[in-house]
Amino acid sequence: MSRELFKFKGGVHPPEHKAESTSRPIHAAPLPKKLVIPLRQHIGNPAKPVVEIGERVLKGQMIAAADGYISTAVHASSSGTVTAIDLQPVPHISGLPDLCITIETDGRDEWVAHAPLDYQAMEPSQLRMQLRDLGLAGLGGAVFPSAVKLDPGASHACTTLIINGGECEPWITCDDMLMRHHADEILQGVGIMRHLLGSTEILVGIEDNKPEALDSMRSAAAKLDFAVEVVKVPARYPGGGAKQMIETLTGRQVPSGKLSTDIGIQVFNVGTSYALARAIHHGEPLITRLVTVTGHVLRPQNFEVLIGTPMHTLITLAGDRDGTTGVLMGGPMMGVPMPNLDVPVVKATNCILVKSAELFPPLPKALPCIRCTRCADACPVELQPQELFRFAKAGDFGRAQEYHLFDCIECGCCSYVCPSHIPLVDFYRYAKSEIWAREKDKRAADLARERHEFRQFRQEREKKEKAEKLAAKAQAARAQAALDQAQRAELAAAPAAEGAAVSDTDAKKALIAAALARAQAKKSDAAPKNVDQLTSEQLHQIEEIEARRTKIRELARKPLESEEKKP
Amino acid sequence: MLAAIGVMVLLAVAIGLVLGWSAIRFKVEGNPLAEKIDAILPQTQCGQCGFPGCRPYAEAIAKGEADINQCPPGGEEGVKKLAELLGVEPKPLDEAHGTPKPKSVAFIDEQTCIGCTLCIQACPVDAISGAAKQMHTIIAAECTGCELCLPPCPVDCISMVPIAEDLPHWKWKHPVVMMKKIAETEGA
Ligand code: SF4
Ligand code: SF4
Ligand code: SF4
Ligand code: SF4
Repeated sequence: MSRELFKFKGGVHPPEHKAESTSRPIHAAPLPKKLVIPLRQHIGNPAKPVVEIGERVLKGQMIAAADGYISTAVHASSSGTVTAIDLQPVPHISGLPDLCITIETDGRDEWVAHAPLDYQAMEPSQLRMQLRDLGLAGLGGAVFPSAVKLDPGASHACTTLIINGGECEPWITCDDMLMRHHADEILQGVGIMRHLLGSTEILVGIEDNKPEALDSMRSAAAKLDFAVEVVKVPARYPGGGAKQMIETLTGRQVPSGKLSTDIGIQVFNVGTSYALARAIHHGEPLITRLVTVTGHVLRPQNFEVLIGTPMHTLITLAGDRDGTTGVLMGGPMMGVPMPNLDVPVVKATNCILVKSAELFPPLPKALPCIRCTRCADACPVELQPQELFRFAKAGDFGRAQEYHLFDCIECGCCSYVCPSHIPLVDFYRYAKSEIWAREKDKRAADLARERHEFRQFRQEREKKEKAEKLAAKAQAARAQAALDQAQRAELAAAPAAEGAAVSDTDAKKALIAAALARAQAKKSDAAPKNVDQLTSEQLHQIEEIEARRTKIRELARKPLESEEKKP
Repeated sequence: MLAAIGVMVLLAVAIGLVLGWSAIRFKVEGNPLAEKIDAILPQTQCGQCGFPGCRPYAEAIAKGEADINQCPPGGEEGVKKLAELLGVEPKPLDEAHGTPKPKSVAFIDEQTCIGCTLCIQACPVDAISGAAKQMHTIIAAECTGCELCLPPCPVDCISMVPIAEDLPHWKWKHPVVMMKKIAETEGA
């Protein structure tokens, strides 16, 4: 093992605190009464529910399907009944709820029918679809849908595949324990990745503070029929970051704004590789993961936990203690505080770190930046944290972006070394989310502008069309009038043949006469049809009525006549 | 000597021709300043600035006929950006044109809607779908929250609903607490 290693810039050496949780074996956490399974556990579109309230589901049954390419499915972690599909608290710093499926478990833990997949016989695209439907997502922290990462794309093959066994955050040991106890299965997963990506070089990077994991992975690798190089790398935070691991192992840097695949390298976490092996060789979807429960608890250890298990049950299992000052999901460097402990374990939950005042004394008050540039020396991405802080604080996001804000991996090295205890990373997170929100607003404004302009164009067009229609109508009316004139002339032409002088009044009279004749004809058409065969009695009645009518008519006409006579 | 003058004259004529041609060929369409101002305006199209939409307001600013502080949806930040673009001092929003409100979308109570189409005619971005005597609905993703559809509705069935904060819309807050502490110590 004489591979040349490279050193990434910066980094820090925080106290490790790993031994606390590695001294006990992995325990399976008991089945909880209630599982709350969020539909947004991965990057990309949240999954769409495919079950209904009241439906009985089996362990491993898909309860929400992937929605789009960058998405992945979500499964029932145990058998039971769906009792709710609604907003529930999720492990997010905001404390805001999100759509979850709640399952009341029945204790039988009954599996849905599942079988291994013959991945070598399958079309790669079909295999990736299967992985998406098995809910696979990166377990290293970013939770990116694995099926997407396993697509080498049309142009660039991933010649180098790196399996990241670096677990640089203090306190966390779940990857370490996984490598110690499941090295064979991790490497089975690597075989499937190699098959999909066509990689020729496979490297496993493990830090030198995990000798047991190194041994077990090496002996497992020796049994394989393809070459896997297990490399010991020096432990330094954040050496387990994907880009830092790439640099340590290959000496190559991923350019700013690029992906590692752009330089022909793909990186997977050991946990993802293990989950992939379970999915392919056992047909099991991603419904469980290892979680380190450590910090201020009686028995720090790793649990195998069903996704959806409430965090407080794990803390109780590990033995909760008085004097807890808070709980982080993740480690002390990058972890996020949990708003409450009813939130479920999700695919991204690698560690539940219980804090106390002794283990995590509250930070002293932040002081102004003294521009000592210690943060810049510690930054593994070679940024200028003090400048980023200045711009973010002042809301000058344009300048922050010019200083490569989006290359910041939020590792926290800068905050860790800052003598003024400035929570630098909080400022970068704030600036990033502000910039995203602005971009969203900008897109909305562009859409509104477009739609407004289209509306104006449409109104203009409608006005024009209306005017044209009106003009056409007027034109038609004029043409009709001309035609009528001609017809009248024709009508009048009859008397003209008799030698009488043709005049307009004559034509009019003829028209009126014609109209009268038409009205007469109509009247006779409308004449009563029930007066044909009447009895003499009926005839008599009719005569009487007619007589009355004439009388009334005469009566009515009389004053008129008299009036007429007056003048 | 003469040859030199001749060359210079020829050169001048040639360059003049190229310049003249490119002035016609690469003519900038529209008013580029108004374009830039319009890009800053929020495109709510609400008319609170006193112009029938953002574009006319942008043109008025470009011509110097309107002040930069008349757009409430743009807020103080919009004024600041306009001031920066035009190289003038930012000033507080002119209250006469209204005050900024939280971002909202219109919502039609579909039980009450009588399908009169009056709101459709008022919406500047065609964000309402419906037909005569049919129930109408707002396409929330396209509604700018301009409130122009509220007054024409004869049965008052449209209301403005503030956009609730949910996970996809959540933003990290400015670390205010820490800022205060820093300010304190800086002041001390
Ligand atoms: S380490 Fe802290 S005090 Fe020093 S330059 Fe960076 S932000 Fe400023
Ligand atoms: S958090 Fe960002 S700026 Fe700070 S050290 Fe890490 S990468 Fe650099
Ligand atoms: S007030 Fe309304 S119409 Fe005027 S510029 Fe602002 S958003 Fe546009
Ligand atoms: S629906 Fe109403 S509030 Fe929304 S953009 Fe249209 S007119 Fe404005």
